[in-house]
Amino acid sequence: MTSKTTLQRRAESTTADKHDGADTRAYSLRLYVAGQTPKSIAAFANLKRLCEEYMPGRYKLEVIDLLENPQLAAGDQIFALPTLVRKLPAPLKRIIGNLSDTQKFLVGMDLKSEG
Amino acid sequence: MAKRSVPKDGRLAKVPSGISGLDEITGGGLPKGRPTLICGGPGCGKSLMGIEFLLRGALDHDEPGVLMTFEETRDDIRKNVASLGFDLDQLIRRKKIAIDHVKIDRQEIDENGEYNLEGLFIRLSYAIRQIGAKRVMLDTIESLFSGLSNQGILRSEVRRLFYWLKEQGMTTVITGERGDGTLTRQGLEEYVSDCVILLDHRIYNQISTRRLRVVKYRGSTHGTNEYPFLIDEHGISVLPITSIALNHKASAERVSSGIARLDVMLGGKGFYRGSSVLVTGTAGTGKSSIAAHFAAAACNRGERCLYFAFEESQSQIVRNMASIGLDLSGHIKSGWLHFFTARPSLHGLEMHLAVMHKRIEQFKPRAIVVDPISNFASAGEERDVHTMLIRLVDFLKTHQITVLFTNLTSGSAARERTDMGISSVMDTWILLRDIEIGGERNRGIYVLKSRGTAHSNQIREFVISQRGIDLLNVYVGPEGVLTGSARLAQEAREGEERSRREEETARKEAQLDEKRRALQAEIRAQKARFAADEATIMREIGVEQTREKTLHKLRGELGRSRQADTAAPTANGNSPRRSKL
Repeated sequence: MTSKTTLQRRAESTTADKHDGADTRAYSLRLYVAGQTPKSIAAFANLKRLCEEYMPGRYKLEVIDLLENPQLAAGDQIFALPTLVRKLPAPLKRIIGNLSDTQKFLVGMDLKSEG
Repeated sequence: MAKRSVPKDGRLAKVPSGISGLDEITGGGLPKGRPTLICGGPGCGKSLMGIEFLLRGALDHDEPGVLMTFEETRDDIRKNVASLGFDLDQLIRRKKIAIDHVKIDRQEIDENGEYNLEGLFIRLSYAIRQIGAKRVMLDTIESLFSGLSNQGILRSEVRRLFYWLKEQGMTTVITGERGDGTLTRQGLEEYVSDCVILLDHRIYNQISTRRLRVVKYRGSTHGTNEYPFLIDEHGISVLPITSIALNHKASAERVSSGIARLDVMLGGKGFYRGSSVLVTGTAGTGKSSIAAHFAAAACNRGERCLYFAFEESQSQIVRNMASIGLDLSGHIKSGWLHFFTARPSLHGLEMHLAVMHKRIEQFKPRAIVVDPISNFASAGEERDVHTMLIRLVDFLKTHQITVLFTNLTSGSAARERTDMGISSVMDTWILLRDIEIGGERNRGIYVLKSRGTAHSNQIREFVISQRGIDLLNVYVGPEGVLTGSARLAQEAREGEERSRREEETARKEAQLDEKRRALQAEIRAQKARFAADEATIMREIGVEQTREKTLHKLRGELGRSRQADTAAPTANGNSPRRSKL
């Protein structure tokens, strides 16, 4: 259903090279973007960096370009872009924005408690 | 891509909203290809209006519509429109309507850095393409503001969304909750919309009335008043009822009041068709009975009659009229007579007017009864009641519908004032009043005014019996106007007197006869006496003559015997006798 975009291929080609012993949960992430806008590219770059740093080797990242697959927007309740959806581990989480705030990202992903 | 919506003559193009009455106020509908804001407080009907706009467009104007809802789910909406008689699922299957529910749950959303609302644009654009939509409804956009915290981004994105929809040529309806002192909470939508419609749900004297006002309409004139609107099983109807001018035609045709004697009082033929008749009176003077006779007369002519009863139920009226010998149930069964009953406190005045308009347009009667209008005073100010009646009468006149209002009056001074207020609207004013004489209360009726007829100036006694209504002449004499048993007593007294006079006359006639007979007897007696006298006298005369003859004869013989000179005896023998003596 999802055609592979440039961003997607780049995501898959990356391999994990860091490991964090404490958290062993597998992450299933989906990044929704619309075309290769500066915001999309910034969001993707930020996400890639954060994943590699905090969940190396145990994340699966899927990038969906809604310009190519607009029918997917309603199903996942996407209204803002870019949106990162954490499908796993439950519960479902959404982070909207270009992920420029690392601390907020870590709290949002339950990688770090808020204090 | 952009479809500019300016017709050839340069004026703004409009699309019919499909909501009855709204298109008249806006001069044709909503601005084509532009956003319209419908705003108001909670429960004012804005979502319903928007949805009806979409559904009517899809069904009646071949303009499919996309509904993007931020609050209600598709299931909620399906149920809502089912109550108006629309089958949403079928419309979705036929690609007439597309629904996209945007769920914004603050609990599961984190904001992290820059973002935009391109996701909404993509969803809308996808839905529009899927069904070839011409109309879009966003209900309500401000949910974004409560779900997300970056107001700066939201404001600029919402503005961008409006421009984008315009570019797509979508006729859009946006709903917005009313804010504090502003039309919407964000104070944003009203500036980016080309047309703003404000809905209001006001409570006055514990009675609610829904009203609508077109606040702005860029590039177009529009009705600026507040118009009442109605939500019922057929959706929304707006009533632009203040714009009627005084140019209705006056009919010369007359219709019966249903009471023969009253027709006589009204110049012999009853009311004019299309005229307004007011029947006022204190409690129990028979206003409703007159109204029912009027209704029955219309039905008997084969005209539909609509009876608005604001005090009694249909069955109560039918029963009561049956007790005075008027059968309404037959007319109801045959469909000529239709009752509409409601408590005046059920709605505000405007709403009553709206409901009445609607019923009249549905039933198309030629005669209506409003019984009574006095109760409307409880639903509004006197001035408002006056205005409402003027509107109603104007509306009825343009449709040539004869109307009979009844009005309950109480005291004397207050009654005159109230009546004067509304009577100027009425063509005919019939007054029923109590006449209290000799410890009883009777009803008097008279025609106070009747435009264009030579009506009677007489008071008639108004009698309601098991046989119906009867108008009687009242007794007018040196003792004033008498009615009821006083009239009967007076009539009895008069009767007595009359018979006494008759006896007297008869006695006198008899006397005269007697005298005549006596006189004739006298005459006969006199005649008899005269005849007797005459006979006697004639006899005496005969005797005398005989004696004379005898004497003459004796004298002759005596002369001859004394040998007196011979005087030749003459035949009559007179001259010799005279000369000798």
